[in-house]
Amino acid sequence: MLNYDLVVVGGGPAGMAAALKAKECGVEKIIILERAQTLGGILEQCIHTGFGLHYFGEELSGPEYADRFIVEVEKTDIDVKCDTMVLDISECNLVTAVNKIDGFLKIQAKAVVLAMGCRERPRGALEMAGTRASGIMTAGTAQKYVNLDGYMPGKKVVILGSGDIGLIMARRMTLEGAEVKVVCEIMPYSGGLTRNIVQCLDDFGIPLRLSTTVIETHGTQRLEGVTIAKVDDRLQPIPGTEEYIECDTLMLSVGLIPENELTKNVGIAIDRVTNGAVVDEMRQTDHQGIFACGNVLHVHDLVDYVTLESQLAGQGAAEYILGTAPKETVYVNTVTGNGVRYLVPQRVNVKNPNDVKLYFRVGRIFKNARVVLECDGKTISSKKKVKLAPGEMENVVIPADVLAAMDENSSITVRVEE
Amino acid sequence: MKRDLTCVACPLGCAITVEYDETGVLSVTGNTCKRGDAYARSEIVNPTRSLATSVKVNGGIYPVVPVKSNKPIPKSMIFDCMKAINSVTVEAPVKLGQVIIPNILGTGADIVATNHD
Ligand code: SF4
Repeated sequence: MLNYDLVVVGGGPAGMAAALKAKECGVEKIIILERAQTLGGILEQCIHTGFGLHYFGEELSGPEYADRFIVEVEKTDIDVKCDTMVLDISECNLVTAVNKIDGFLKIQAKAVVLAMGCRERPRGALEMAGTRASGIMTAGTAQKYVNLDGYMPGKKVVILGSGDIGLIMARRMTLEGAEVKVVCEIMPYSGGLTRNIVQCLDDFGIPLRLSTTVIETHGTQRLEGVTIAKVDDRLQPIPGTEEYIECDTLMLSVGLIPENELTKNVGIAIDRVTNGAVVDEMRQTDHQGIFACGNVLHVHDLVDYVTLESQLAGQGAAEYILGTAPKETVYVNTVTGNGVRYLVPQRVNVKNPNDVKLYFRVGRIFKNARVVLECDGKTISSKKKVKLAPGEMENVVIPADVLAAMDENSSITVRVEE
Repeated sequence: MKRDLTCVACPLGCAITVEYDETGVLSVTGNTCKRGDAYARSEIVNPTRSLATSVKVNGGIYPVVPVKSNKPIPKSMIFDCMKAINSVTVEAPVKLGQVIIPNILGTGADIVATNHD
């Protein structure tokens, strides 16, 4: 059995930032376990630019953003095992993993950071008639084929879902000579960033059909076409609006699910909205010494925010290991008010001496609204927002002095006022 | 002539209308701030985009390596640049930052690798 102070599960942007921050805070023995062949996570296949504008003040491609952290990890004595799959984490932070070189690995950790990221919702999660013809894949799978394997998965493409990966793939396929016929979005608005709609669809004249979904796929060996239809307010297809579109490829960009199998096995509480762990302001779960950050905690819009959040988790883990965390804990839950879908962290230790930033997403588009933070019935801040959209993460800060005045009966609410 | 644009200079995404003729931009409306005005004018006069794609590699871990233009290139030349990039094969090892095609099609932008292979 191996002994480490900190085991980080996942070597993407979240895992690397958490490990580096813990190192910087003085943690000695740290190991990163990564399932893929290299560090970097999903960034390795996100070859478009636009990463790092907030964190580095530069427009980097995904691999460039990852490389900044890989280089830093290599400069430290942080151990890294790639091609290594974590199978289990026990109640007492014993991590079980497996790889081809070491075989079965048991690692006793003082603390664990969960940074497994997320995966895409697959076809099976959708109600769609049709056979299992080839040519139906998630947008991320297509992205891997094109950007890592150098292989074009199709020529005539329909994309279902207007999340950012779908939009990015619409442009990527067009650049490589495919014809992207349409992007269908079941909601009345796109979940993607405006910049991506403009530069990935409008630039190439690719139509975006809102309130529209794919109801049936055609073809038995290879996909031959899809039937799309408009949907009503309850997202049900409207009879008579069906339309056949010939295509050989259907890409799905219909949402991301945090990969929390390990988390659930430990018995850690999961938030029903984020599908990630319930955490406090240092991203500690309800299991002492286990932290979570990045897309395994909640799906982020920008990797820059993943980095910032993971540094918090790394610092939290370091304070836990080194015994420098606040001695007292008095938790107050954060409550979602009107228009707010979720809040991370879900609870705050009011004995924490620092400002605490709450991240959230709204449930629909708001124009000229206010984001209101209310603590113990008093309005702490009320910020005007010209636009709030579900595709973009928002945040609000609880000042340290407000926290200092709180006790176990206090309340923290964030809501949108129209 | 008239064109409707969505400003991407910030997440607000204002709907901007530009009126223009052969002599240039006549009016910009719908923008909330100066950056929107500048964005709309450049979209009419000289729209540019940064290009990210991949290039074939011989003997690397992966068969392709990602590349980008180190400066924005004229939007009208995107597909010509794609053709030029897809006609090239580089030999491994490739280093991040390595220039793959200098001054592509005279645009002044270099195509550089954004990962190792
Ligand atoms: S016009 Fe100004 S406020 Fe509107 S989207 Fe552009 S930069 Fe933002």
